[in-house]
Amino acid sequence: MDLTIPSTDLTAILPQITLIGAASVLLLLSLSDRLRRAMPYLALLALAVVAVQVAGLWGQAPRSFTDMMVRDDFTGFADLIFIAGAILTILISVAYAETHGIDRGEYYALILFAVSGMSLMAASVDLFTFFLSLEVLSISLYVLIGFERGEPMSNEGALKYFLLGAFASGFILYGIALIYGATGTTHYQDLTTFVNHAVPGPKNLLLLAGLGLLLVGLGFKVSMAPFHGWTPDVYQGAPTPISAFMATGSKAAGFAVLIRVFASVFAELRVDWVPLLWGLTVLTMTIGNIVALVQTDLKRLLAYSSIAHAGYMLLAIVAGGAEGSSSILFYLLVYTLMNVAAFGVIAVLSAKGEASHTLDEIAGLGVRRPALAAVMAVAMFSLAGIPPTAGFMAKFYVFSAVVKADFLGLAVIGVLNSGVSLYYYLRVVVWMYMRESTRPVPSPADRRLSLNGLAALFISALALLQIGIMPSSLLQIAQRAVLMLR
Amino acid sequence: MQYLPLLLLVVMVVGLAVAIMVLSSLIGRKKVSSEKLAPYECGVPLRDSARKNFSVKFYLIAILFILFDVETIYLYPWAVLFRELRLFGVIEMGIFVLILLIGYVYIWKRGALEWD
Repeated sequence: MDLTIPSTDLTAILPQITLIGAASVLLLLSLSDRLRRAMPYLALLALAVVAVQVAGLWGQAPRSFTDMMVRDDFTGFADLIFIAGAILTILISVAYAETHGIDRGEYYALILFAVSGMSLMAASVDLFTFFLSLEVLSISLYVLIGFERGEPMSNEGALKYFLLGAFASGFILYGIALIYGATGTTHYQDLTTFVNHAVPGPKNLLLLAGLGLLLVGLGFKVSMAPFHGWTPDVYQGAPTPISAFMATGSKAAGFAVLIRVFASVFAELRVDWVPLLWGLTVLTMTIGNIVALVQTDLKRLLAYSSIAHAGYMLLAIVAGGAEGSSSILFYLLVYTLMNVAAFGVIAVLSAKGEASHTLDEIAGLGVRRPALAAVMAVAMFSLAGIPPTAGFMAKFYVFSAVVKADFLGLAVIGVLNSGVSLYYYLRVVVWMYMRESTRPVPSPADRRLSLNGLAALFISALALLQIGIMPSSLLQIAQRAVLMLR
Repeated sequence: MQYLPLLLLVVMVVGLAVAIMVLSSLIGRKKVSSEKLAPYECGVPLRDSARKNFSVKFYLIAILFILFDVETIYLYPWAVLFRELRLFGVIEMGIFVLILLIGYVYIWKRGALEWD
């Protein structure tokens, strides 16, 4: 029997190895109680090391494991989004975890495991490695969502996400099987070659069916309508920092795969999948924005807003090309910052035992805690897409990509949707600044705890303003990142 | 066409099963008693209903068992191909077993293997 021993270039997955190694160490350290307070900082240290590694590997494209993993600039940029999301999540987690009794080493170890899953997803150039990475991410998330074991809502969210996630995994596997059946390969490059050199004739229905199933599974992960039903319940039930982490990292990982698979590998089949995705995009934006109008729970409101934003990003997938892909990367980074800021404010505010995150809670916040209210206002303006925040530039690039790709109707629907969203984002601002407070002023003890969280919030808010005013350098990096996609 | 025998087999199997059940329900004698209607449990008399809560510990043990059991499956192909894979295989499996070991140490120290 002849076996070729694969040559492994470990530089290609060095950041992921570091993440998994650090997570394992954290897991073992969590067995003793002595280092409990150091855990978040150890996790932050690991993420900082990984960020340096990612930056060091920028501009190269090492491949490894018989070409199933690649570390090109696209992976690098996606990694930076995941790392930024994870660092900010951990910062807002510290105080929240302590007051809610979930400050255990496993919490931070699982976050690192989830980041490694996301990073592997973005680095995968084979459908199977993509699927395995997705499972690493999903399983970590199932546990993280249900981490507040005493909270019924947290358990409910975990169970819902687990059951539906298992379904989605099934859809993805079935899709991969059909794609393999139709083409005889699961590797992105071979798939691209297959699609580009297909003999003209009747449509390859098997391949299209597989692609459709893959879209269902990925659509679930990025909460695309009509597969968005889990989003509000899960975001509401999960520990608030984890909601932020899911809305940013998990969604970004899903979009990284959507870009690799739909915008790049199967770009040649655009005639077949664009009409479908066109409809789904409109549906996603509209459902997200319309239902968000009547939400009074802040976490549910942000969940529907995250559905709407998934719709905006899908716009750019429909637009396609390098312009569409780079605008999604830019959007994802900005979206990470504004979501962490918004969820972070809720996390800092939420005290133990208060499951509700209603608008009442932030009434008069502008008087009670002006700094928090200012961060929330920046996040809301940015989510609504009002200049000079980064959210405006992000939307601008996505819509301009859509217009340049000649989808005028879609761009009009998107802008109209964006107009609708103004109502519920600004309503939050109105409640903060123009309503009388119904809550007592928080005690100084609560404030002391949240120093890390405040740091994360101010970093995000400042970054949002900075990117909003000077977006071009970041956009150029995003544009260079997608050049290597082929 | 080459699958015709297989199709015939499927038809025969299904046909036989249906025929036996239809025939026995048509011409069989029916005498219902409480023993006959009870769920079959290897001939042992029924103690009580099977629909009750089990201790969650069983699930934990079952999950851990499946986890390590399935992962051991990967050790067998390695054993068969040990010579061909040479040092590469040793290193790869070393990493694999190390990851397993981390999980094992974790569940052991966390007390997941203790019944009480």
